[in-house]
Amino acid sequence: MNNVSAIVERMSKGKRMQEMLEAKGISPGDLVEVTSSGGRIFRGVVMPHHEFSGESVVTIKLDSGYNVGIDLSDTGSLKLVSKAEPRRAHKREIPRDKTKKTVSVISTGGTIASYVDYRTGAVHPAISAEEMVFSVPELLDICNIRAEVLCSVLSENMKKENWTQLAERVCEHLNSGSVGCIIPHGTDTLGFTAAALSFSLSNITAPVVLVGSQRSSDRPSSDATSNLLSAARLCTGADLGEIVVLMHATTDDDALSIHRATRARKNHSSRRDAFQSVNEPPLGHIDAGGITLREEHIVRAKGKVEVDARFEEEVALLNFYPGLSAERFRRSVEGAKGVVIAGTGLGHVSQGIIAEISSLTRSGTAVCVTTQCIWGSANLNVYSTGRDMQSAGAIPLDDMLSETAYVKLSWVLARTRDPDEVRKMMRNNMRGEMTERRIL
Amino acid sequence: MGSPDYRSLGLKVGLEIHQQLSTGKLFCSCPCDLSEQVVRRFMRLLRPSQSEMGEIDRAALEEAQKNLRFIYESTPFDCLVEADEEPPHPVSGEAVRTTLMISKMLGAHPVDEIQFMRKIVIDGSNTGGFQRTGLIATDGSLAADGKKISISTICLEEDAARRIKEEGREVVFRIDRLGIPLIEIATGPEIETPEEAKRIAERLGSLLRATRRVRRGIGSIREDLNVSISGGARVEIKGVQELYLLPLYIDNEVRRQSALIEVSRELSKRGISELKPKKIDLSKELAKTKSKVLMKSLGDGGRILGIRLPGFAGLLGPDSDGTRRLGPELAAHARVSGVGGIFHSDELPAYGITEVEVDRVRKELGAGKMDCIVLVAGSNENTEAAIERVIARARQAIKGVPEETRDPMPDGITTYSRPLPGRERMYPETDIPPFTVTQDLMEEIGNQLPEYPEETARRFIEERGLSGEQADALVKSGFDRDFDELVEAEIPPKTAARTLINTIAELEKDGLDTSRLNSEMIKAVLRRQTSGDFAMEAVPMLLGRMIEQGETLEQALNSLDISSVSDSEIERVVESIVREKRDLILERRERSIAPLMGLIMSELRGKADGKKINSILTAKIKSVFE
Repeated sequence: MNNVSAIVERMSKGKRMQEMLEAKGISPGDLVEVTSSGGRIFRGVVMPHHEFSGESVVTIKLDSGYNVGIDLSDTGSLKLVSKAEPRRAHKREIPRDKTKKTVSVISTGGTIASYVDYRTGAVHPAISAEEMVFSVPELLDICNIRAEVLCSVLSENMKKENWTQLAERVCEHLNSGSVGCIIPHGTDTLGFTAAALSFSLSNITAPVVLVGSQRSSDRPSSDATSNLLSAARLCTGADLGEIVVLMHATTDDDALSIHRATRARKNHSSRRDAFQSVNEPPLGHIDAGGITLREEHIVRAKGKVEVDARFEEEVALLNFYPGLSAERFRRSVEGAKGVVIAGTGLGHVSQGIIAEISSLTRSGTAVCVTTQCIWGSANLNVYSTGRDMQSAGAIPLDDMLSETAYVKLSWVLARTRDPDEVRKMMRNNMRGEMTERRIL
Repeated sequence: MGSPDYRSLGLKVGLEIHQQLSTGKLFCSCPCDLSEQVVRRFMRLLRPSQSEMGEIDRAALEEAQKNLRFIYESTPFDCLVEADEEPPHPVSGEAVRTTLMISKMLGAHPVDEIQFMRKIVIDGSNTGGFQRTGLIATDGSLAADGKKISISTICLEEDAARRIKEEGREVVFRIDRLGIPLIEIATGPEIETPEEAKRIAERLGSLLRATRRVRRGIGSIREDLNVSISGGARVEIKGVQELYLLPLYIDNEVRRQSALIEVSRELSKRGISELKPKKIDLSKELAKTKSKVLMKSLGDGGRILGIRLPGFAGLLGPDSDGTRRLGPELAAHARVSGVGGIFHSDELPAYGITEVEVDRVRKELGAGKMDCIVLVAGSNENTEAAIERVIARARQAIKGVPEETRDPMPDGITTYSRPLPGRERMYPETDIPPFTVTQDLMEEIGNQLPEYPEETARRFIEERGLSGEQADALVKSGFDRDFDELVEAEIPPKTAARTLINTIAELEKDGLDTSRLNSEMIKAVLRRQTSGDFAMEAVPMLLGRMIEQGETLEQALNSLDISSVSDSEIERVVESIVREKRDLILERRERSIAPLMGLIMSELRGKADGKKINSILTAKIKSVFE
């Protein structure tokens, strides 16, 4: 039995209860007495309306702590007992310890730093730097924190302008004394942002660590705590001058992996160890024993960090799939100055699409090819399809991640439109995004 | 010692009965089964989540201070949901329906919309750090013994992981049990005697089983007891699994609270109103002790810390009835801080601590005749924390009985486990859409109410020819449905009843997990027995083998070497034994039947009917001495 259809039907009307409460001057947090349509009386605190609750249902928190939905249609009624006490402002200052190093935390939103309001049950993200720090106060045992909330967006709503701002803020923080920079970020598009910072920043003097959490920090089991604390340890304790992603290595809470920004991909929708380094081992690990980094890691640069964070807006990223018509393909890349196609297997598309690639490149649009297999390299030399794609002007990107290719192409096209120059830059391994050796 | 007069003591008991359902898990599609097969292990940490006011639940905080690492064992009966690696799926409709059904049977009123909550629990028993629970119905009642007991709430929640063991700071849990639906029925505090509590629990249990959607076997039904007496305090005894022990726990709690009230009165008589004892390091005074526990602590670089409790003399040891008093309470609190327990002067000299040493320590602590001394031994850090807890608990003794949660022990006593959780520990489970309880649904459920236990018993007597006792036993043990199935499969009712009532109880007594027994297995065995393939005696052996080794009936028959033997084979075996023991028969005559029966049965057990062997043997013996 499910009542999904009932929910969907009433979802659209869900706002009605809110309006009724407002008309009575009642808001979430107020104590009320409710008489249900069945004539039973409940006393409790009004809760925010759930999106899927019935239109005539009010949710109250009983004295026992339970929330229940009560239907007020027909004969139900509701009266205010007392208004909620206004929330006391809770001002806390972040303490400073002169003996500790300073790490910057630049938050972009998401639930990695969030609070529960047990009175209404609402979970809201930290909206100030102080709130963010005090969501994991153990951070202050490791370092001083210079915190900044840059934006508060769900990561699926990130735009290229957010990448640009973020890159500039990171540069500013590192150039003014921080020994590292932690960037709490929603995990959905964390890999894209990591790659964007990677191409935008050069001469990096300290670790720039993107961390996410797969279980929000209002839960006792949140992975945010160990991810953030490990990030602080990495910033204060490692000779690393790279953009990295730091997340759980396994489902366990005491093993974390450090991924090079251009190689990190979210490969699971919900697990803690969703992020993996694709086509190469992780750059390093953190566990109880300490931090270990592969020899290939780049050490802290001397001097000042440099930033160039311009991105071309008109770039498309798409998967080829059987049955994709030339017409549909054409519509989805219309107006694009660059296109990344994640082809099947070694990077293939159908004959019909090859003709489209040809006309795109002739009109000056860069077309790059990756593999949608995620693991392995694109190779357009093996089959005639691949060779035809190359003749049509497609640029094979070997084992570069499709997402990284999209970010890189956006960054390259903001610098040059010259086809030869674009090809040269895209095929040049700039930030460890490509490798020639893939080991068994 | 006689029973206390519970009514004049103002005993109030409320029951919370937790019954596992067999509907499939509450928030995923895993089966409701337990497993011994561990597929992998993983390690997690839990910390109290902060609300924006920085409020943390006091019970949660106490758990957090223990700084534990949790090792979870995964089995074939759990998935990413139990591992806290995937959001919960929508609630099991079957579990909700069953809960609504029992609500209706108890005359409770369902809420209009069920909303699931997260109840913060960070002792590791839930991988997420919270238990999901929803309030389904309120305000029902249960009539028993001409008295009406109110049913205040009926909730549907997920069961916790199984605690397997604890080693130092590591606690091991198995997550197969996590997520099994659990109906929680809470009565009002109107129960007035321990026996009444047992009857109410039995009645609720049989109503729940009447829905035929409940799990059976060890641990599938658990009781929490809320117990208080006048002048005492609400104490929650959590997780009683044996129904027959329920009156004993309540009786002991009444005695414990009475004793603690008496302690408080005595302290007040002695003029003790506050407590500020000085902690003194006694390692030097006891450096040469022969007490093994103390020696070990000192040897490990630890110390012995002592305090004087002024006016507490004689109040830590048991009272004249043998009821335990403050000693075990202080010890339980000390143990929370990682020491093994306490030593107190009401029980010293003992444990290898000599009278001379006690006198020396008393002197060092400045203890007079009316004072009690308490010692703890262990690491510097642990003893400090432990003695602080002992002091805090001793202060509570001045006031009387503290509210708390206690763990039931197998011998009928309870020990302190943690403070009663505060109220601020629930917030909405936003991953699960609310469930609308429609009028149509309630009507549908109303039309499908199961046969009530007393109706079932009557039918068994009238239609199946069982005795009243047998019918009652079947209904109480929840095997009524299996009985129906067996009889439908043309197993004689008496055989079916005997197997379900006696055989299963015997298997349980042998420590076997009979929750793995299903009616198909019993049916298969009894069918073969009925058609004469083996004797009734073989039934428990076969079933035992099938649940313990996971064998099929055929495999069990093979491994136990059970086959039916012909009458002539029985004659042959009896004949040879009779010949062998001729002297014994001549000497003891009829009284030799019993020992000879034993010898024959060890050869023929399960292969032939005991009654038949007995009659052949009796005839043969007679022929010897006649």
